[in-house]
Amino acid sequence: MSELLLAKLVKKEQLKPDIFKFSVKAPSIVKNSKPGNFIEIRVTDQTEPFLRRPISIYNLDRENGILEFIFQVKGKGTQILAKREVGKQVDIIGPIGYGTFQYENYKNIAIIGGGIGVFPLYELAKCAKADNKSVTTYLGFRSKDFVVLEEEFKKVSDNLILTTDDGSYAKKGFAINYLEKDIKAEKIDAIFACGPLPMLKAVQKLAIEKDIPCQISLEEKMACGLGVCLGCAVKTAKSSKENPEYWHVCKAGPVFNAKDVEI
Amino acid sequence: MNTEVNLAGIKMKNPVTVASGTFGYGREFSNFFDLSKLGGIITKGTSLKPKSGNKPSRVYETASGMLNSIGLQNPGVEYFAQNDLPFLRKFDTAIIVNACGSSIEEYVELCKILNTLDIDGVELNLSCPNVKAGCMAFGNTYEGVKQVTSEVRKVLDKPLIVKLTPNVTDIASIAKAVEDAGADGVSLINTLLGMKIDIDKRRPVLANNTGGLSGPAIKPIAVRMVYQAAQEVDIPILGMGGIINGDDAIEFMLAGANAISIGAGNFINPYTSVNTVIGIENYMKKHHIEDINDIVGTVEMN
Repeated sequence: MSELLLAKLVKKEQLKPDIFKFSVKAPSIVKNSKPGNFIEIRVTDQTEPFLRRPISIYNLDRENGILEFIFQVKGKGTQILAKREVGKQVDIIGPIGYGTFQYENYKNIAIIGGGIGVFPLYELAKCAKADNKSVTTYLGFRSKDFVVLEEEFKKVSDNLILTTDDGSYAKKGFAINYLEKDIKAEKIDAIFACGPLPMLKAVQKLAIEKDIPCQISLEEKMACGLGVCLGCAVKTAKSSKENPEYWHVCKAGPVFNAKDVEI
Repeated sequence: MNTEVNLAGIKMKNPVTVASGTFGYGREFSNFFDLSKLGGIITKGTSLKPKSGNKPSRVYETASGMLNSIGLQNPGVEYFAQNDLPFLRKFDTAIIVNACGSSIEEYVELCKILNTLDIDGVELNLSCPNVKAGCMAFGNTYEGVKQVTSEVRKVLDKPLIVKLTPNVTDIASIAKAVEDAGADGVSLINTLLGMKIDIDKRRPVLANNTGGLSGPAIKPIAVRMVYQAAQEVDIPILGMGGIINGDDAIEFMLAGANAISIGAGNFINPYTSVNTVIGIENYMKKHHIEDINDIVGTVEMN
């Protein structure tokens, strides 16, 4: 069940010129959150920009009731948010989404992320590792300048495979190419993915072909995040032209079984 | 201090309702506050049969507002009656069902069913801009509005409010059509038809190309239309369009609205509607107003 909280910003880090990590005190939201959940932030009490911003949860510090999220400055909303000073409040609704990462039933799990889509995968990797799963994480970035959180992911993965599209850092190519090799070696029981749409499509296709359970985290433009505006629609796999069927990212998602949705 | 209003025969403890499509069937918001604090709840637009809605993207943020093209996704009246109405009835608030259809026959069939349900009234949706051959086919002419409303009136004994589109030349004449057809009230405005283009892709951002504009951006248009409608009809008016606080609500009431709805304001803060109730009370205290009904339509024009 989600709630609205004015959470105090206790720590702020700039990971890249345009990427910020915020740590907020939000014990009740932390308590109710699961890996894969997200939050909605209202960046102003004025009407411009108007809507809340959906932002994924990076880390849940359950002991201290601290929720961490990382965001990229893209438009006016995130620009305003990035200027928030430590000690000030952040208007948050969360946790959002009933569809979260379900890793409990698998032993050898593959986590694959791309670009800024890697953020919500950290809490998943952390929980899975703590639960004695064998975690292999595949993270793909465009080039060296875009690589983030390498050390952090290393700590919560048994094996971290990092790629850049242009080979300017770590392994060259797409993360999925390395995942595919490991699938052939039968080292993987389930795949968990978040990232740009082309990557998710490729992962979905691969998982369905190889018949490996796969869960993907999706995003779609949304207005409320509360499950009422029905804006963030995702087409289901059994949807047809005659009988279209939609689920919603903020309710059934943001994490879906790859075989259940058409992306 | 009296905040009770009578909207088209529906008694409400205060003039604040929530607009169709911005509050679902109440469940999600009941996690945040006691729904009994509201004067009334207008349900998600409900049709005779379930509707799957439009392709995504369905929403897009605009200056102090948003565009939507949901396409009336809803589970249908049967599902509503079995699953949502019993839940809503647990609260001490008026339940008004927003009814939509794509033909006169469909509106009539739907309202026959609604007439048998334990609801306080019907808001007839003749104004959704996002459904082809839908409500809009009837909503923008005097004759169309009068015809549908008259047919529905024959089968509906409950209070009947008709929701109007602002996408017309003369809102007052459309409001008159509602009154002439024997409805009990009129609600306005629905969203304004708009479009946003992605300049890199050179395509509209919404899959449906156009969508309905809502939020504070449309408030001055809504206030003007409520005023114009109020000059033309004697039936009560439910005013809406960009209201996000008590001051906004008062503005609509001064223009002639007997009650108001919070729409997109519900999206930015789940407490907008209850905060509006408090805001209205604060205005009454500040201006020593004993009865909220006393301010309706009292704007003095220059």
